[in-house]
This record gives sequence, structure tokens and C-alpha cells, in this order.
Amino acid sequence: MPERIAFLHRKDVIGILILAALLLVVFPLTLDSFRLNLVGKYLTYAFVAIGLVLCWGKAGILSLGQGIFFGLGGYCMAMFLKLEASSPENTAIQTTPGIPDFMDWNQVTELPWFWEPFHSLGFSLIAVILVPVIFASIIGMAMFKRRVGGVYFAIITQAIAAILTILIVGQQGYIGGINGITDLRTLKGWDIRTDDAKFLLYFVCCFLLLGSIVLSFFVQDTKLGRILVAIRDKEDRVRFSGYDVSNYKIFVFCFAAALAAVGGAMFTLQVGFMSPSFVGIVPSIEMVIFCAVGGRLSILGAVYGALLVNFAKTALSENFPELWLFAMGALFIGVVMLFPNGLAGLWSAYVAPRIDQVLGATRRRNAITPIDPAATPGE
Amino acid sequence: MFEGYTATELGSIFALQGFAGLILFSVFLLMALGLAIIFGQMGVINMAHGEFMILGAYVTYLCSQVIGNYAPALFGVYFFIAMILAFFASASLGAVVEWTLIRHLYKRPLDTLLATWGLSLILQQVYRSVFGAREVGVNLPQWMLGAYRVTDLIEIPINGLFVMCLTVLITIAVGILMFRSRWGQQVRAVMQNRVMAGAVGINTARVDQMTFAIGCGVAGVAGSAFTMIGSTGPTAGQLYIVDTFLVVVFGGAGSLLGTVASAFTIAQAQSTMEFFLSGSMAKVLTLLTVVGILMLRPQGLFQIKVRR
Amino acid sequence: MDATTSSGRKDFVLAVEGLTVSFDGFKAVNDLSFYVDENEIRVIIGPNGAGKTTVLDLICGRTKATEGSIKFRDHELTRMKEHQIVRRGVGRKFQNPSIYEDLTVFENLEISFPRGRSVWGALAFQRDAQVKERVQEIAEMVFLQNRLNERAEYLSHGEKQWLEIGMLLIQDPDLLMLDEPVAGMSVAERKKTAELLHRIIQDRSVIVIEHDMKFVEDIAHRVTVMHQGKVLAEGSMEWVKNDPKVVEVYLGH
Repeated sequence: MPERIAFLHRKDVIGILILAALLLVVFPLTLDSFRLNLVGKYLTYAFVAIGLVLCWGKAGILSLGQGIFFGLGGYCMAMFLKLEASSPENTAIQTTPGIPDFMDWNQVTELPWFWEPFHSLGFSLIAVILVPVIFASIIGMAMFKRRVGGVYFAIITQAIAAILTILIVGQQGYIGGINGITDLRTLKGWDIRTDDAKFLLYFVCCFLLLGSIVLSFFVQDTKLGRILVAIRDKEDRVRFSGYDVSNYKIFVFCFAAALAAVGGAMFTLQVGFMSPSFVGIVPSIEMVIFCAVGGRLSILGAVYGALLVNFAKTALSENFPELWLFAMGALFIGVVMLFPNGLAGLWSAYVAPRIDQVLGATRRRNAITPIDPAATPGE
Repeated sequence: MFEGYTATELGSIFALQGFAGLILFSVFLLMALGLAIIFGQMGVINMAHGEFMILGAYVTYLCSQVIGNYAPALFGVYFFIAMILAFFASASLGAVVEWTLIRHLYKRPLDTLLATWGLSLILQQVYRSVFGAREVGVNLPQWMLGAYRVTDLIEIPINGLFVMCLTVLITIAVGILMFRSRWGQQVRAVMQNRVMAGAVGINTARVDQMTFAIGCGVAGVAGSAFTMIGSTGPTAGQLYIVDTFLVVVFGGAGSLLGTVASAFTIAQAQSTMEFFLSGSMAKVLTLLTVVGILMLRPQGLFQIKVRR
Repeated sequence: MDATTSSGRKDFVLAVEGLTVSFDGFKAVNDLSFYVDENEIRVIIGPNGAGKTTVLDLICGRTKATEGSIKFRDHELTRMKEHQIVRRGVGRKFQNPSIYEDLTVFENLEISFPRGRSVWGALAFQRDAQVKERVQEIAEMVFLQNRLNERAEYLSHGEKQWLEIGMLLIQDPDLLMLDEPVAGMSVAERKKTAELLHRIIQDRSVIVIEHDMKFVEDIAHRVTVMHQGKVLAEGSMEWVKNDPKVVEVYLGH
């Protein structure tokens, strides 16, 4: 096998192939349909985690509002599905047939204008990406052009996530309130609730994820990827090398938002609903921990981080619900204090050298940039 | 919107609304004071700030139970004992947290944020395990019950008035501490030039720890004051953390006057809008305005211009 | 300040006029004017806190002027953003080596190569022969040709300074600003750096801030002495050395 295939290093190719085998062969063969659907749900968070690797790990921009984009993507998808589920025949018993049930319950008698375009699947699919990206670029322009960064950016994105949640919860008649948009049934007549459909959607999710991974590797390997690292390192030097730093930050923030949105849309499709509980402060910061556990600098690590944390969450909340918050809290503290490079860091420090020894291969140069837990500027 | 009201009724409505705004102002300001010390002076993000407040509230609750049962004679003034205990409880926890966690992360503000978030989750679960998931309330002493009648239509609850007075006192105390005491001087010296402050004999590590502890202690006192007007639950702290940070950032980190002004503005805006709109929309509009203004003026309302 | 009047004379590369910046009432630079000619090497000296670094900050756009004008080849810089000023041909080296420690020496230089500076340009950027040649050429100039694949973190302090100088050279600026380029260097490194500077100051104007008088005497065409945000004296090294005011505030001790 050659050292590089286009922009992918040999190690990356092997990593992607192993992940692909795990997702496409091992899981489908070993897990029942309920568990497989659960894995599919976890994988939607992996989209967010990958975006955070580029945005936070590489460029040093911590967004505590990725739930915003996950939610916007998910809601765009859910609005289309809800309209299809609310055909006049299905909703004949309502006071106003043909509008979503929650509108009817809240005395809304006409479909609000912003719902109209979501009758079209094409529009909805475009909106899944475009709405979050436009939203992210507005936030990004306002903040990065004015050089707001670091903790201020984190707090503002968190505030926006909180605002959006309050807004959605408050607008029960227009977007379903705290319950979210539920009871989604079919996609162009194809019932998404059956086991067969969920099986297929799992594979769609896997392929989109693998595609996103390859795309992220591409971005990481361009000069843009190196500039992002340079910005994290010495923002002023980049600026005084003739780059408009804010545009790069806006780009990577939008890229992460787009990935999160795809994850959100796949979540809606696989789980069958979308609600504000995936938008707010708590889910948004949990998405950061998926990325941190996997290793904030490793694209593949982020996927494993999302899978592992969610497996643990499900297992613990099923068996010892009171332990879950302790475990999660300990995870936040532990990963920051002891393993700032997460699983990927442990892998490249302990496991990879052994494998190399066994295989006699030379270690790829600069596999993972180590973060010294004692002294590295966080911004 | 106003038809059907007489002028006096309208006047009283606005007066009451203004009073509600003042209570909210007290709440915001109390929460923000501790954060103004920790974030404003040290630049440390403490996402567990709300949980330090809740600790103060639970200490007050315990005091009311213990004193109510074993020393009823002191019940009239138990609150003052509770407040002192709350300060020391939160400050001690703060000192421990600073020593085990925060001091290792001063150079990594974003990681501090994540670690303290983890701490807040753990504290929430501790509260839930110890005090239960249900909200608890304290029994108010006799003199704090009832209301002060201004006119026939306007009644001001005494506990609200008490909390407002308390807020003023605590703010003044924090102001004196920050700008008139030797400790405040040392804090500012350390924050402006750590190396130089160390060179002239200030124990910078100790100042850091003290500052963090005092900020947490003030949060504990704030939590203690809250029990006078509301009940306490394990997750109550998390509900307010974003508002609190916005108050401090909006005021301009490092400016106590800014924090007061920003708490007042945000509280009055929100309570006034609540009169016209639903509670959630009022909150959305207020926060959105604050975020919008922060995007235009990231340094907040008050900020000393410094050389980079 | 009326920026349209007076000398935007063509033969000046840089014309600084009436420049003032105040931080909370403190005027770090106060009504400062000076002119730099084509291919001139200008050294700014002065006691600590005289405002030397602030002047460089003002020229390269890092600090916004309160008043006054800075004209570079007749373009007003005070209203431009940092990256626009760089693209006009002004390069600036910081006092502490400012390089990307997590990237290799090659990547450090490559990022500074003046092509593909927009977001999409950076995505489409190809590491072609032209880039490699130029990086190689510059690396040889700054004595780093054998360290191209090493992470910049592992360079010595002096080597980091050279790398940053290399990062500026690859941009080929018309005006190069160096803030204490030999500070913190060993004697051997200092000698090599002086050699390097002598080579790179051909065909461009240079502003240097330096305390090492031997070094200043060695390279300066003209010297500007700053004190309390103002120009105290200006002229050849010989001239300012004998100015009693300069001796009193700076050279004397």
C-alpha cells in the first residue's frame, strides 16, 4: 500500500476502513434491530463531534452551541416529515385538517408561512444544510469580525442555545413546544418506522458519516487545515501573514454547523422525532465531551468518543440512573485534567507504538499533536 | 391594552411591575457578584457557580430546620447565622476546588469551563442524593411574613424588601472588599502583572485561592438570600448560569458598577416586557437584545481601555 | 488631522505624520512624525516605554491610531485592516518569536508564502514546485534548510527568530519591520543574524528596533531616538550619539 492515497495517509485509510468494517459489517451482524437503531442514533452525534474536532481541536474555537445546528437540521427534516404525516386524510378529525396536530391543539387554524416551503423534499434537504449554515455565518460574522473569541464566544453560543430552546418551548402552536415535533411517519410514502426502514436508514447514516469523515480529512490536509492550527497557535502571526483570520474562523464554524445539521437530520429520520431537548445548553455541552473523550484533535477518535460515551450513558442510565451524572461529571474533569488528547492520545501514546513494533512499520510523522496537560494556552 | 383600567390601577400595576423588576434585579445582582469576582477579576469561568449558590441555600435550609427544632428562641435571627455559615461552606468548597482543579487550568480557560461543568454535574447529583430531587423551602421567621401596605392597591412583601436591602449591603461589602481592602489591591496587582506581583512579595497562589474562595462564598450568601423568596432544588443553579454570565459580560468584566447597571437593565427590561408578552417571549427578547448588543460591543457596557 | 495636506511625497516609502495614540488618557505615542526613504534602513532606539513597539503596532494596524496619518506609498494605512496592510507589502516581526509551534518548519514557511490567502484559495492551494523551491531558497537563507521537516517547537530560540524572519522574507515585503531581532541570542547567533540582516535588507526599506548599539551602528542609515512617545532626535548614528539630549535620556546610562 502506498504511503499516501491522494490526501489520505496510509494510517488514516486503515483507520477509516476499520471503522467502516465496524459500522457496516460488525454492528449489523451482531446487534438486534433495536440496538442497531440505537447505534445509528449515537452516530448522529459523531457528525457533531467531527465538526468540533476541526472547530475546537484544530482552530481552538470552542462552541457550546452545536445543539443549535443539530436542532436546526433536525427540525428542518422533521417539518417536512410532519407535513407529510399531516395530510388532510390523516388529520380529518382535527378542527382544521391538513395542519400538524399540535397546531390544531393550540388553536392555530392556518399553516404558518415558514412551514409552507417544507412541503417540498428538495427544499427541505437544502434547508437542512443551508439554514444552520446561514445561522452560523451570521453568528460567526458578528463575533469573529469583532475578534470575540475564547471563553466569550463559548458563553455567547451557549446563550444562543438557551435562547433558542426557550423560544421553541414557548412557541407550542408553531413548532410543537417542549414535546417537539413527534409522530413522524413516512418519507415520500416510505414508512420510516418499520425495522426494514430503520435498517436502511442506519446504512444511509453510516455512509454519510464516512463521507463526512473523508471530507474532514480533506479539509484537514489542505493549507486551510494547517492555517486553522496556525490560528490556534498564533492568531496574530496569521493575520500578519496577510490572512483575514475571521473568514477562516467563520468557515470552520459553518463547516462544523453543517456537519451537526446533517447529524440532526439523520437523528430525526432514525429516531422519529425532534425536540428542544437536543438543542439547549446541556446537550450542546455534552456534544463537546463526545469530541473531548475521543480526542479533540482526532477525526476518527471523535467518532469512537461519541459511540463510547453514548453506550456508557445508555448502559448506566438503564441500570444506575443516579450514577450517570457522577460518571459524566468525572468524565469532564478527567478528560481535561488527565487525558486532554482523549482516546486518540492514549492510542497514539501506548497502542500505536506497540502495533508499529509488531508490524515493524515506521510511525507516521506528526500523528497527533500532543497537548501538555500542564501548560498549553487554551485559546 | 390599557382600556378597562383606571389611572390609579395602572399606576399600581406599574409600581408592582417595577417592584418585581427590582426583585429580579436583586436576584441577578446577587448571582452575578460572586461571578464578577471570579470571572471579572480572575478571568476564570466557573460553570459550577450556580451549584455554589445552591450549597448556600441548602445550608440555610438546614439551619432553619435545626434551629427551628432545637433552638426555637433563635429562630427570629437564624437567617443571619445561616448566611455566615453559607459563606464559609461555599468558600471552603471553593478553596478545595481551586486547589484540586482550577489552579492547574489557569492557562487553559476553555478547559476550565469544561472541568467546572463536570463539577456542576457532580454537585447536582450530590444534592439530589442528599436532599432529594424535590425542591425544599425554608420557614420564614414571623417578622418576615406579611406585607407592607403602601396604598390600598400596592402591597410590598417584607421578605422581598429584606432581600433587596440585603443585596445592597452585600454589593457595598463586595465593593469595599474589591476596591478598598488590601486583599482587593493584591488581587488587582496579581491580575495585572503576576510576575511583578510575585516579585514584590505577594503570594500569588494564595491570592488566587482566596479570590476564588471569596467569590464562591459570596455565591453561597446569594443562595442563602434566595431562600427568603423561593425554594431550592438540586438543578436550580444550572437554570441561572447563562443569565448570570450574560449579566457579568454585559456589564463589562472587571467593572462592579457595570455589573450593577447591567443587572438592573436586564431585570427591568425583562420584567417590563413580561407585562406585555408571555414570560418566555420576554426572556427570549431580553436575552436576544443582550446578545445582540454584546455582538456590537463585545467589551460590555463598561470597560477600561487597555493596551494590548 | 487633515490627512490630505502636506507631503505624501512619492519618494517616501513611509510617511508618518502627527501620529498620536492614547490609552485611557496616557499618550503612548504623541504627535510623532517621521519619514522613511526607499531602501533606507531606519533604526528606532530609545529607553523602555518610549513607545517604539507601539509605533510598529500602529504601522502594521495592530493598534488603531487616535490621530494622525501613516502613509505607505501614498496609501493611508490607519484605516486598513492588518491583512490588507500586509498585502500592500508591510511585514512585521514580533519581539518574541511568533511562529506556529505545532507545524513543521516547512509548513510555517508555506503558510507565509503569498498565494491562496482567501479561504477558498487556501482550500485549493497546491504544494507545487514553485512553492517548494521558494521554501527551500528561504530556508537556506535563514540557516534552516536541514530542519524543514521538524516541528518548529523543537527549534532553539535563535532558530525560531530566524524562522520568523524567513516567514517575512517569503512574503517579499517592501517595508520590513523588525522588533529587537537579536535580543536573547547567543554571540554566535547574533553574528549570523547580523549577516542575515545585511543580506535581506537589500532592495527594501527596513525599520528596526534595537538596543544593541554595536549592531545599530553596524546597520543603520539613520537613527530615530524616541522618548516619551515623541521624537527626541533624528539623524545619522554619529549625529544622535553626540546629541546631549540623547545622551542624557538614553545613551548616558
